[in-house]
Amino acid sequence: MANSLKCDLCSKPATVHLTQIVNNKIHKVDLCEACAQAKGVTDPSGFSLADLLLKASLNPEPTGDAKCESCGFTQQDFKKSGRFGCPSCYQHFGAILEPMLDTMHKGIAHSGKVPQRALARRSLYEKLTQLETDLDQAIKAERYEDAARYRDEIHQVRQATTGRREES
Amino acid sequence: MKSTRSGRPRPAAARNPNLKINELIDSHSELTDTATSKSAVVLMTRIRLARNLASQPFPGWAKEAQKKAIRDQLMQAVAALPQMKRGLALPVETLDDLQKQILVERHLISRELCHSKSGSGVVISKDQSCVVMVNEEDHLRIQVLRAGFQFKKVWATINALDTDLEEHVDYAFSPKLGYLSACPTNLGTGIRASAMMHMPALVISGQMEKVVRAVNQLGMAVRGLFGEGSDASGSIFQISNQTTLGESEESIIKHLHGVLTTIVEQELNAREKLLEADPSKLHDKIGRAYGILQNGHLLNSGEAMNLLSLIRLGIDLGVFGDAQRAVVDRLFIECQPAHVQHAAKGAFEPGQRDILRAERLRSEFAKVPPPDFSPATK
Ligand SMILES: [Zn+2]
Ligand SMILES: [Zn+2]
Repeated sequence: MANSLKCDLCSKPATVHLTQIVNNKIHKVDLCEACAQAKGVTDPSGFSLADLLLKASLNPEPTGDAKCESCGFTQQDFKKSGRFGCPSCYQHFGAILEPMLDTMHKGIAHSGKVPQRALARRSLYEKLTQLETDLDQAIKAERYEDAARYRDEIHQVRQATTGRREES
Repeated sequence: MKSTRSGRPRPAAARNPNLKINELIDSHSELTDTATSKSAVVLMTRIRLARNLASQPFPGWAKEAQKKAIRDQLMQAVAALPQMKRGLALPVETLDDLQKQILVERHLISRELCHSKSGSGVVISKDQSCVVMVNEEDHLRIQVLRAGFQFKKVWATINALDTDLEEHVDYAFSPKLGYLSACPTNLGTGIRASAMMHMPALVISGQMEKVVRAVNQLGMAVRGLFGEGSDASGSIFQISNQTTLGESEESIIKHLHGVLTTIVEQELNAREKLLEADPSKLHDKIGRAYGILQNGHLLNSGEAMNLLSLIRLGIDLGVFGDAQRAVVDRLFIECQPAHVQHAAKGAFEPGQRDILRAERLRSEFAKVPPPDFSPATK
């Protein structure tokens, strides 16, 4: 029976049942009268189903005590605010994230714009750092032929970055 | 919103940023002056993108000093963009409550940004069509808005703005999850595309609830005029996409555009039906609205919005001239509380505002020729 369903937010018996269909995927939210009222579900001026789904996916509380190593954000902090602490949190909270994204979005993988310039710049910087380390090591080990090659490569990468800047 | 502005003295216009923000407020803006759209239902198109800096804590988790350093870096980068030339870049704390409220009423900044205590900023283009909020929920909330139904144009503009900014800023991006945002509901594309829709006939004929339900089922959100939790004054609703991950920006926009086009048709059908069923009833509403706007002495913003809504419906039905559409669209914004106070150059209690608002509307509608119901009846 439908009335055996529990409210996704507070676990009381649910009386309001919402369905959202995204790409043939059915997302359901069950709410008790009080939570439906509080979330404005009955208000024709609208409510945010995505926000509801986010909160519903946090109840019951996901187990585990994941913590972001970069910023110190904890799973408890996420439960409280529904927001993450820093971009790296997405790596550290992967386990609770995936089921949540699956309920909230059309897919769990990005398909859309990619910051080409920023990524190209980042990979150039990474290449440059690597080459500089290699150069250092080559000099220390007195491998002068290698060192000369690395120096040329560094020069080329540097030219590539400044050249691109001037274009824009 | 608190309405305890009584007797609060206006800040002296001595501080430089205030002078400039007031110049911006008083200059021509996309929504208040170029709204010459012929669009019967869609008042405004808006797209925003959520972006964050790589390896920096999100604004809600950053320490005070970090947040300020991020703001300074980003405001400088944004203000330097060609699109922001001769625009305005301001830390939020330099704005007074009334100025912030005006920007909210123009849909330029969010209420959340208004409430941020420190370390947030806003950059607004000269024509007020491009806005970047710094350190709202995300480091960057880039937004472009245009009067009318213009998703193609708005997407092209904001896409270019975002790409230009990317040249100077390292975005937090993961190949798998896309642009990383503070809230997982914005993950992926970080896009929120929305349209401001005027739907008086669907409201009058009691069909809005049905429309809201259908739109929600399609994975889109319907909100009142001023975003979450506010009532839909003037039969104006904002419809936007809800999901951001797993679909490209173009496809999200296309999908939303399709739904909106259907809703526009529904609204136009509902208008036709209202006219067929009982033309006198509809004409009476429009005629009375004109009468009150020309002669009223006390109008709160809700009532003013609803009267203006009926006038706009009248324009779409040919009862008033097309030229009046821009007037009504401007007044939708200028009859909001902060705009009324700004125009009267002071802080006023709600009761006083109602007098000022009615006064303003009387003088505007003295210039509007009387309704001619012959074209509407055919
Ligand atoms: Zn409940
Ligand atoms: Zn983190």
